[in-house]
Amino acid sequence: MNAETSKSDPGREFPRLTNIGLSGILVTFSDELSEPANRAALAFRARLGTESWDGVEETTTSLTSVYIRFDPSHLSHEAIRKSLIALIESEDWFASSLPRKRRLWHIPTVYGGSFGPQLPDAAALAQMSASEAISQISSQRLRVLTIGFAPGQPYLGTLPEAWDIPRQSGLSAQIPACALAVAIRQLVLFTAQTPTGWRHIAQTGFQGFRPETETPFALRPGDEVMFPQVNEEAFANILAGDRSDNGGAVWEYIK
Amino acid sequence: MSGSLIVHQAGPALSVQDFGRPGYMAFGLSQGGAADRLALAEGAALLGQGPELAALEMAGVGGTFEASQDIRIALTGAPMTASVDGQPLVWNATQTVRAGQRISIGAALKGIYGYLHIGGGIATPQQLGSRSHHIVAGIGAPIKPGMNLPIGADPNFERPDQRLPVSDRFSGGTLRVLPSAQTHRFSKAEITRFESTEFIRTPRGNRQGVQLGFDGAPFSTEQQLSILSEIMVTGDIQMIGEGIPFVLLPECQTTGGYPRIGTVVPGDLPLVAQATPGTRLRFRFVTVEAALETSASSAQVQSDLKRAMQPLIRDPREIRDLLSYQLIGGVTAGMELGADDD
Repeated sequence: MNAETSKSDPGREFPRLTNIGLSGILVTFSDELSEPANRAALAFRARLGTESWDGVEETTTSLTSVYIRFDPSHLSHEAIRKSLIALIESEDWFASSLPRKRRLWHIPTVYGGSFGPQLPDAAALAQMSASEAISQISSQRLRVLTIGFAPGQPYLGTLPEAWDIPRQSGLSAQIPACALAVAIRQLVLFTAQTPTGWRHIAQTGFQGFRPETETPFALRPGDEVMFPQVNEEAFANILAGDRSDNGGAVWEYIK
Repeated sequence: MSGSLIVHQAGPALSVQDFGRPGYMAFGLSQGGAADRLALAEGAALLGQGPELAALEMAGVGGTFEASQDIRIALTGAPMTASVDGQPLVWNATQTVRAGQRISIGAALKGIYGYLHIGGGIATPQQLGSRSHHIVAGIGAPIKPGMNLPIGADPNFERPDQRLPVSDRFSGGTLRVLPSAQTHRFSKAEITRFESTEFIRTPRGNRQGVQLGFDGAPFSTEQQLSILSEIMVTGDIQMIGEGIPFVLLPECQTTGGYPRIGTVVPGDLPLVAQATPGTRLRFRFVTVEAALETSASSAQVQSDLKRAMQPLIRDPREIRDLLSYQLIGGVTAGMELGADDD
């Protein structure tokens, strides 16, 4: 029995190194979601990209950690652990700046009504009116904290504290593709119709996963997104003229 | 010369598979690919071609196929009833099929995933660097009757037929497990109980993962329902909800919030993928060092398989002997393996 081999390095709680099976290692910056921990994960992964160590096959971030998959026949567990510790200690990752080449997206969004049937419930849980909820969410600049659950599907955050509302205990009816849903200070922009415990508050025409195209994944972790409000008529016009899966979205590089 | 494989009849869970699409975890796409990766390697070794070529994965039951030209085939993975124009086909061996002949592949006799490999490979277009149908992600399309699957040129067409002795991986057993992201969240007592529990594969399962049943309390951690979502990898043993174990397979999600008690050593994963409902499985933690000692690189697997191959002798008594292991057990895989979403 050797489950203990996954324990943290002595003397330091975070960042924590954990073995993931035969060929993976996880660098965890926090057990709770926070902006600095997410930033640390994004910045650390970006640095690993520029370091490009032999034997590293893939890296990814989750909300507060970086996963590194490597080939143990070319890079030993001992060697990668040593390199990772050196890199961790080279910088205060919680204070580091975000990677460059990130983009700011503006995605036209219809809130409430049949396009967001659970907006009133969600607003009530956040203790505000539906119109307050719309103005708050549509004016927020949110970060793609991670992409997961389904290909190209972003988790965006973090919303103000009022939005620390729970998921529903049961799965709601099917939520449509390109819908926006809220829980635990985050938004999810769904890529496919699916049952979910998140509350459906709005609809976009933005498809995050486009497997038939040259850019199958529209968003990258670290990108930022705003969801400006449009009315139903404007939304219908956008959809009628859209052949790109962008739903009228535009982006610019973040300076 | 290349041609096509005509699909006349197709079981409900037929798909083109190779080793999938590594490298897209950051975008939420799991690797996918063959459920039994060893079976893919075995087919490549038998036909003397690269393991990256795609084959037809058949879950539970096969179909009826016709080649547009003379081809070599190899059948690996879960043994299924198989014949060409009524003559039995040998599993884990290469054979030539003439243009116009019908290959009929029926239900699995043991295990779940059988593979039909073609000399030159199935040459459907690649998407994101792979031909694999990723059912959950919606990449690629299911195999339907009437389809013509393009096949690549077979430079080894004249090679004598080969067979490959294969050990039984269709009857469960004890799987080696390594620590993973949340192993430390389980108490020592829970880990010990986990290692001493006998699990059975339940009827619930697909290419995303399989649910295990067992007698006893659920396996949970103190913060079972409030752990921050974390990356997941194929082989992880995830305790869903109050603590119901699922072993994750190639189309698993890339992140998840329920804790993982450990992750199955990749070399032992075919035992889970091939376990039919009711198959008994046990787990034993090992060290990374111990697992590495017995884990071959994919190049090593390929050269080991190459060494193990033998000429296929067409003596009827010999063929009966080759087939004999298929007749033991005779468990037919259930048809629960659709793309239903867990």
